[in-house]
Parts: sequence; structure tokens; C-alpha cells
Amino acid sequence: MLISLRHSSGQRHVIRRLPHCEPLEYGYNTMITVHINGSSHSIDVDPKTPLLWVIRDYIGLTGTKFGCGIAQCGACTVHLDGSPVRSCVLPVQVAAGKEITTIEGLGNNHDGLHPVQQAWIEEQVPQCGYCQSGQIMAAAALLKDKPLPTDADIDSAMAGIICRCGTYPRIRKGIKRAAHAINALEVEAGPDG
Amino acid sequence: MGKWSRRAFITSGIAAGGVVVFGVAIRRGNRTDKVRSLIAGANDALFDIWLKISPDNSVTVIVPHAEMGQGVHTTLAMMLADELDADWSKVSILEAPSHKEFANYALAKGYAAGNVDFPAWLIDTVDGFFFRATQVMGLQITGGSTSVKTTGQFAMRVTGAAARAVLLEAAAEKWQVPVNQLSTRDSMISHHASNLTATFASFAVAAARIRLPAKPVLKRSDQLRIMGTSPPRTDIPAKVDGSAMFGIDASLPGMKYAAIRAAPVFGGAVASYDAASVQDMPGVRKVINLDDAVAVVADGYWQARQALDRLHVEFDDAGNSRWEQSGIYRQFADDLDKSAAAGSEEIDVEAGDAATGLRDASTVVTAEYRVPYLAHSPMEPMNCTAWVHDDQCELWLGTQNPLGFARDVSNALDIDLEKVTVHNQYLGGGFGRRAFSDIAVQAARVAADVHYPVKLVWSREEDTRHDHYRQASISRFRGGLDASGNAVAWHNHYVNKHDPEEAPHIPYAIDNQRIVYTESSTHVPWGFWRSVDHSLHAFFTESFIDEMAVAAGRDPYEYRRELLADQPRFLAVLDLAASKAGWGQPLAKNSGRGISIHRSFGTIVAEVVDVEVIAGELSVKRVVCAVDAGFAVHPDGMAAQMESGIAYGMTAALYGEISIRHGAVAQSNFHDYPMLRMDKAPLVETHIINSGEALGGAGEPGTPPIAPALTNAIYDATGLRIRELPVRLHDLGQTDHRESDIA
Repeated sequence: MLISLRHSSGQRHVIRRLPHCEPLEYGYNTMITVHINGSSHSIDVDPKTPLLWVIRDYIGLTGTKFGCGIAQCGACTVHLDGSPVRSCVLPVQVAAGKEITTIEGLGNNHDGLHPVQQAWIEEQVPQCGYCQSGQIMAAAALLKDKPLPTDADIDSAMAGIICRCGTYPRIRKGIKRAAHAINALEVEAGPDG
Repeated sequence: MGKWSRRAFITSGIAAGGVVVFGVAIRRGNRTDKVRSLIAGANDALFDIWLKISPDNSVTVIVPHAEMGQGVHTTLAMMLADELDADWSKVSILEAPSHKEFANYALAKGYAAGNVDFPAWLIDTVDGFFFRATQVMGLQITGGSTSVKTTGQFAMRVTGAAARAVLLEAAAEKWQVPVNQLSTRDSMISHHASNLTATFASFAVAAARIRLPAKPVLKRSDQLRIMGTSPPRTDIPAKVDGSAMFGIDASLPGMKYAAIRAAPVFGGAVASYDAASVQDMPGVRKVINLDDAVAVVADGYWQARQALDRLHVEFDDAGNSRWEQSGIYRQFADDLDKSAAAGSEEIDVEAGDAATGLRDASTVVTAEYRVPYLAHSPMEPMNCTAWVHDDQCELWLGTQNPLGFARDVSNALDIDLEKVTVHNQYLGGGFGRRAFSDIAVQAARVAADVHYPVKLVWSREEDTRHDHYRQASISRFRGGLDASGNAVAWHNHYVNKHDPEEAPHIPYAIDNQRIVYTESSTHVPWGFWRSVDHSLHAFFTESFIDEMAVAAGRDPYEYRRELLADQPRFLAVLDLAASKAGWGQPLAKNSGRGISIHRSFGTIVAEVVDVEVIAGELSVKRVVCAVDAGFAVHPDGMAAQMESGIAYGMTAALYGEISIRHGAVAQSNFHDYPMLRMDKAPLVETHIINSGEALGGAGEPGTPPIAPALTNAIYDATGLRIRELPVRLHDLGQTDHRESDIA
């Protein structure tokens, strides 16, 4: 099955991932360097700008979503040095110099999808899909911390990310499936793998 | 299959590169001038192209509905591909551009054929596009649980079957064999006797020159190969790697960002503000007065938000700040009292003689229920990117009604409809909210004031406070029981009727029924909210029938069974839910079980909820759902929609409350308008019945039964009868609730 196409090719303005080709000059005279998904970006931006808007509007990575702006919904969850954080309330200056991973950078370790992303496809988790970047980032962080999470572990790690489509039962199944896949990989690789 | 009017026909054509297209077309006909200018093209026919076959034998299905998580792209493509006997692995899906040539007239066609329920709300939202007299119009709407039962049945399946028929005819001609000796499978045509096999594509050009059958024969259910299976949804891969493009992800060269604050009191307007106070803030480009809102445009969205936060704006309140939620409920109650006293109620259902039935009853049960306003709160806040250039306006957003939005924007900017283009993106939740064009009109007006594209994004606070709300309501009941406890009279009087008409109706065999309503208008904007009026009436009616069962001393499931004895379809759904839930088996201490059943959008759903209440703390353990939508085209998608509808309805039942304070919405964000979260989400089991009856919807019917099943379960566990939502208003820790209003 081919991936769903959204637009006819004759459309005049194709939406692009990286809109700002011109150098960004915003007059703050404070260049902040952020490391995202293995690349570095120097940006002239108000140091108090939430990381979310830097990722989305300045870097052009739109997989991380805006949902509430007050760390209530988790749609903006990214990893900061491996830990899940709410990028909508995290000033970019706090993230400077640290390693930021977004949904776009999650699967690159194995040159493909992260086991959580694979499990999400197998369990057909997303509906509208808007919250799923946050759900997947939170689930991946949980599994790194607890390779075989209990239902209570899943509740506490995932309760911060709201889904309005009600995909919670499938998210739970997806996490368990991903946990099995990760543990099977580790068994296959052996203790030194 | 509905009857086809003589104005509709199926068509085909050869496009560049040997691509062959098939579809359903409609002749230009008897329309008003206004309508003709909107939809009539240069040719005599308006083509709705649903299918392309390319020389490499790949098949492209063009789907005229928006994807908002319901899996409609996959499901509709399956319906066409199955009739065509296409190789599903070589099928790709294209969402039709928001253009009148791709409008889903099949939806109107289904209505014209008289065998689908055409939701009245569609008529409101497409006013000017929809000409009821001809029932043939340029619609491209997603909502009302209509996509599969209308576009799917009347366009997708028909086109697939017609295309297959002419492909077979072309093969028969070429091979000089009888058509009835040919078979199709996986985009190939075979003649077994002579061992000939060839691709669809090799006959496509010849087939396009053959007159298509006017009434192609659709497959019998035992011939289906793709429908009824659950292939992976095509939109999911892009939704797990961050590449799916939602409206909020639109980006254009030179684009700026806008934040907006509308008059907090509905009906209010901008009185004054001091643009100079923010003009020098970093990145700020312009402050724009939209009469009832002020927008700040800046280089970055955060900059726009910062400036808007600093900007002091005075708003008029149009005299509406006198409204409080308690006053709204008081007005509802007064209007109910007055109209009942005057006998001036509007009549929904009048059967038998409810007054006499109540007078002669041995027992009369009375109850009054109420529900609050609700916001939709899709996870993607309202947003729209607009660019006004060369006398045109282009819009990028997720919408359930692209053509209606285009119409509203053309009116707002006073430009021709042809000059407005909507680029529809994935919807980060719709639920009815994205049928309202306010965001698009705002963005277009902002963009008209500048010379670059602008992305307008609402804050969550703006989204919560400027929704179009599910109505608050009060519903009063009197139920009559005879000496044996049998239901003999049903009297229901409620405020404010919207849509669908049948939402307050009950399926139960009660001889004397009077269902009436009274309009009691408020200044709060109303909107279609998942399942619309069903969301409140199912709570009212399925709670009250439970109260009647309790008054009769009967088991709520058995009581419903008796009243549904002549409704085998309802009975099958009810029985399936009850048996799968283990109805009648003893429950653990502090636990309760509730049941409900409701039909909406042509689909019957029964739900059984198990709860546990310990020291006032409610825990929803399990939901068992049985659904009969006629036939589940994509069973896993049907189950997903039930899970989704249940979570949406349960969120509202447990927590949902929008209240009015000083004329404005008191709530603002997820901390005070809370949502169901993982730690409270129950297991959901869905069981599907394929009854073979007319197709019903899937997106909404899961929602209505959950609130009453939940509160009936709470009653079973605690004896507390919840007559006002949300549940969190009530202290479940009280003891000895088993009071009654039985006279």
C-alpha cells in the first residue's frame, strides 16, 4: 500500500518542511545553539522563547505539536538528554547545549522506526494523530527507563499526554508490544550486544 | 443501492499519459442561477472522478472527505477497490482537492434517493451551496457519520463496479470470448479456458471508450474480498514519524504568525486598544482590529503571543455580561414551566394519550435532568494559514467543510468564490468543531491586511472560550407504570431542539408517549458536537428508563428487553452487549454495572459499564460495546471509532462542564476543563453485528450510550442517581442514596 497522498501535483504552493531559507535575524543579539536530532542550529532568538516554537517555527520540524501551552497535554513532549520534557514551557536557553530529540529523530538509531513507532503501526494506534508524537516520545522514554513496564508504570508515565480520540487502550497495547520487541532484540543480541 | 435519477450517470475518460479515469457525473440541470454559477463548469457535466487506472496497473482512488482520524480514506478506497477487484497492495489514495468538481454530491444523491438520513446540519453549513429542490449539489463535507453510507455506497462502490464491467467488456472483445467466462482478481482479468491473463491497465484505454452501465451490479456480501477486512490504515505511517501535515504545520515562504484575542463575552466587540504599546516589541509587524477581536502579527508565533499578552484591549459586552450559568438554567426552567402551563410546547412525538396514561398509572416516576455546555477541545487548536495575493485568497487548514469555508471567506473578503482556494490538511480532531469557519474568516481578514502569508493560531484558552458549544439543557420526565410495573406512559419535556430530529425518541414499546420541547435561546453559540443532540438525549432517556425499571423492581436489562420485544435488531445488540459483559453474574463488593442502548445515525449501539466506587473514588473498570451498523466495512476501524466515541462521551460524562460567568466562558484550558487520561481510561471491548441492514455511521454512535451506562452503573454501585452531568459534581462517598421520587 502506498502512503496516502494529500495533494495533486499541480498545486501551486507545495508545503515545505523548512520554510526559512534566509538567515534568521530577529534582533536579540543572543545567538543560542541548540542540538536537535544530531544537528546543531544557531538561532537569534529571545532566550525565553519556549523550545516548542524554536523547534517548530525556527528549525522547521513540525512533528512536535502545540496543544495547550501550559504543560497540561503533553503534545509537545520531546527528549532533553534522553528525558521527556514539555517543550511548550521550557525556555530555549535551558535546552541550549543539551541533546534534544524530536519525533523526527527518534527512529534514526536503527536506520528506521523506533520499536514504539513500529508497535504503533501494528496496533493501529493513531486516529487523528495529533497527540501521537507526544505519546510516542513519552512511551519511548518510559521503555528506556522501564523495559517491562507494569500497567501502573504505563499509567503514571502516560497520564500526562491527552488524546481526544480515545486511543488509550491501543497505546497501552502498543507499549506492551514494543516492550516485547525491545526485550526480544536484547535477548537475541545477548548480554553484550 | 438507491435509485439513480436520470440526471446522474457514470462516466469515464482518457487522460494524459494513458491514464484512464472513471467516475460518476452529474448533468447540469435544473438549478437556481446562484447555484449554477457555483457549480456548473464549461462542459455539460460535472465530473466526480473517483478512480484512475495507470499504465503500470496501479489504481488511484480519489476520496472527497477529510481525514480526521476516522480512517475514512482507507475505508472508502476499500469499497471502490473491492467492487473493482483491484489488487489492494497497488491501490493509492488521493484526497480530492477542495474543488467543486470533486464535491461529494453522492451525499446529496443519497438524500435524493430517500434511503439515507441527510443530517439537517449539513444544510445549515452549506447554505447557498445546497439547493434542496434538486438535491444535487457541490458538497464536500465530512461529518454526520455520512461518508461510508453515502459516498461509499453511492459513488465508490458504483464506480468500482462500473469500471470493472467495462474492463471485462473490453477484454471479451479483444480475446473474442463471452464476458461471462471472464473473471477478475487483484487487478487482473483471466479467461481460464484459454489460459489468458492480463492486467486491468492493458484494457483500460479500450474500456474507457465503452458506454458504462447505468446501473452496475454490486457484489453480494459473500463476494466481497476487501470490504469486511481490516487492512492497515494508509494515514498511520505518517502519524507515527511526525511527517503528517496538519493545518498547523503549513508553512509558506515569507510567512508571518498571528495571535488573536476575541471579545470574551459572546456578542461583544473591540472598544479600544493601544497598538503603539506593542509596536516596538521584537518581531511585531502589525496590530489588526477585526471588530470583535484583535490580532497581532509578528515574525514568530511566540513574539505575537507575547505582544498580545501585553496589549491592553477594552471590549464591549453587548449587554451580555449579565449572564451567569445559574441564570441560564433558571431561564430554561422558567420557560419549561411557562410553556407547560400554557400548553405551548412544540411536539416531537405524540402517541396514544400520555396524560390519561399517567392519570391511570399505579405509579408515576418523575425526574429532572440537566447537562452543561461542552466545548469540543480537539487536540489541534483552531488555526488557519491564509495568503491573499493577486485578488485571490488561499487557505491552509483542516476543515470538515472546505467549500462552506470558501464561501464564508469569499463573503467576508467580498471576492468571487472562484478566487478562494482551500488546501485541506489532516485534521487534529474535528468532532464537529471544524465545520465552523470562524477561524478561516479571521485568518483571511488578517491576511487581507498584509502582503504576506499569515498563520493564525488560537491559544488553547481562545479555543476553549470561543467554541460553538454543545447546548446546556434541562429535560423533565414523567413515567407511568401499571400495577405490574409495566411502562404505560412516557412524558418528556426538554429545552432546545437542534438535530437530528429523532434524538429524543425512544425505541421502547410504550403505548402513550408525549415528547415535547420548548425553545429557550441564550447568547452562547451553538455547535455540532460529536453525535449532536443524541449526546444529551441518550443520557436523559436511558437514565430515565433505568429509573422506571428500578421503580418497577425489575432488572434494567430485562426491563429493556421486554420493551424491545418487537425490535429484533435492538434486542440482538442489547443481548450481545449483556452476554459479553456477563450481565447477571455477581459483582465484587463496591462495584456496579450499568447498561444502555441507543440508535443514532442509523447505527444501534449498546454499552455495559462496570465501575467500582471505594470511599467516593470512582474507577471505570470496563466497557463492553455491541454495535450494529448494518455492515462493518473495516471492522478494526469500526472498533476504533467505538473506542473513540466512548472515550469522548466518557470524558464529558465524568468531567465536561463549560459554564458561563459574567457572560463569558469560565474555563480556559485543560486544568479547568479536564480530559480523560490514560490512568482513568477503561478497557473497551467492541463486538460487531453485521445485520445486513442499511449502512449506518461509525464516528458518532459510540458516544451517546456511554454517559447513561456509566451513571446507571454508579447507581448500581452506590444508589446515587446522577441526574446532572458531569459526574465530578457529585459526592459518590455519601451513603444511603436510595431515595426516590416515586409517587
